[in-house]
Amino acid sequence: MTKKLARGVAVVGVGMSKFGAFPDKTSRDLFVEAYQELKTSVQKGFNPNDIEAFYMGNFSSDQFERQGHLAPIVASWIGLSPIASVRIEDACASGGVALRQAVLGIASGQYDVVLVGGLEKMTDLPGAQVTDALASAADTMFEIPAGFTFPGFYAAMATAYMNEHNGDLDALLKVGIKNHVNGALNEKAQFGQTIPDVMAGKVAKAIQKGLPVPEWKDEMDFLRDPKANPMIAWPLRLFDCSPVSDGGAAVLLVAEDLVAKYTDQPIFVIGTGQASDGSLPERASLSHVPSAVGAGEQAYAMAGKTPAEIDFAEVHDCFTIAEIMATEDLGFFKPGEGWKAAMDGKTARDGEKPINTSGGLKAKGHPVGASGVAQVVEVWKQLHGTAGARQLPGTPRIGLTHNVGGTGQTSVVHIFERRF
Amino acid sequence: MSDFKFETKTFYDALNQNELIGSKCQTCEYVAIPQRYICPACHSEKMERLVFSGKATLAAYTVIYIPPTEMVNAGYDAKHPYCTGIVTLEEGPRMSAQIVGLDLSQPQNIKIGTPLKMTIIERGPEGTSKKVLAFEPA
Repeated sequence: MTKKLARGVAVVGVGMSKFGAFPDKTSRDLFVEAYQELKTSVQKGFNPNDIEAFYMGNFSSDQFERQGHLAPIVASWIGLSPIASVRIEDACASGGVALRQAVLGIASGQYDVVLVGGLEKMTDLPGAQVTDALASAADTMFEIPAGFTFPGFYAAMATAYMNEHNGDLDALLKVGIKNHVNGALNEKAQFGQTIPDVMAGKVAKAIQKGLPVPEWKDEMDFLRDPKANPMIAWPLRLFDCSPVSDGGAAVLLVAEDLVAKYTDQPIFVIGTGQASDGSLPERASLSHVPSAVGAGEQAYAMAGKTPAEIDFAEVHDCFTIAEIMATEDLGFFKPGEGWKAAMDGKTARDGEKPINTSGGLKAKGHPVGASGVAQVVEVWKQLHGTAGARQLPGTPRIGLTHNVGGTGQTSVVHIFERRF
Repeated sequence: MSDFKFETKTFYDALNQNELIGSKCQTCEYVAIPQRYICPACHSEKMERLVFSGKATLAAYTVIYIPPTEMVNAGYDAKHPYCTGIVTLEEGPRMSAQIVGLDLSQPQNIKIGTPLKMTIIERGPEGTSKKVLAFEPA
């Protein structure tokens, strides 16, 4: 039986900090930045005292900032004490799961107005320690002893995927190129550069230093150059990986009967789904993410929509292969067709199914707990027609977010509809 | 019920004795590695110890150039990469493990489906090294 929300839930405001590396800022500073932007986005304004609960996605402030019990601290920092404040930890899906818990909190009738947050401060630790911290999202008893890293897990999935579908590894590079094109149009993105911008920058630097000037035929040639784009975990190179990032994002949700008090331009949450799985070796298939399929099916059923009815999606491209698998897991393309869709430009802004118009995790940045919430910020902008230079034509009506924790131990999918 | 202990430690105690163990459900015959208290397929708690043959095939792999701390301490880096992967055991389930004895100079030439056999390697600096599960070409 299809499960429905017991009452409707709408997004009435969003905000996010700039994503990047900010040595002088803590996660709470970045969240304040996001919350301040959110306040300006609510059409009719709102009284912070209306907020009854705070659900906050954060993977590991314990490891990254040596700070546990972060939710009430952040709530206090923005003046929300003594409301219920909850930190949600589901690795890189923490933000999407926080959103879902907030939706369920309103649908249950317990709350009318809920703030959703997502935040992570990752760049204080040295690189190897960041790798180790992220690895704790996998099974540290039985997977990590094999020598796996997170790029390594997705690299292994890439070999299984390409082997099963006779795919072309160039499709990975195409995903990166496309997401950098979109990220260059997003003022909040960590990497506001296209790949040609990056190439031009390296040439200029070489000239300035009097070093031999590198020559590349085109973007693909650049991305295949092991000096310019070093291998991290074969077949994934540096430009296949989302960066280590700092950032925060915020979303304000209200019950449907209160929407008119806040805005005449609501975005409704029409579908939500979440599923879990065991560690990577336990799964029947290594070439897709079963929990993402399950979460998507729940969300589609609740929304009464098919994949063809989704105008655009923000998907969890922590690595380029993850975006290709996501477009299949969500039913946008048939199994084995996702890599071809990427090669053919079908996921570009002018393609049949625009994916990651924000630049995705790849170019926008991936402060892990914030990512699932920041995806909603992009959906809001596209549905409001306020995405600036990266705005999709015709003001889309339905957007989807897909947020994955670990290698798919958690997946959470939401579908949003513009109702104005 | 057997006197088989299901604690996580049991797996590594067996590995130290060069045995790769898991569990087999006496109700539905589902085979799991590592061993489980409760059958993931049918929820039965009638589980027995299973010793795997160590024969496997390669299901997925990567060659890692930017290693985690434990592997850095074991001497790996971008110039000395290593292969790790997921293998499908002869008995059915899959397991993560380092893969040794392959030519890593051309990672694209490593073939999924390559027959493998279990081996135990010593990882880490002398004196603090530990026994780790690995697979090598059969």
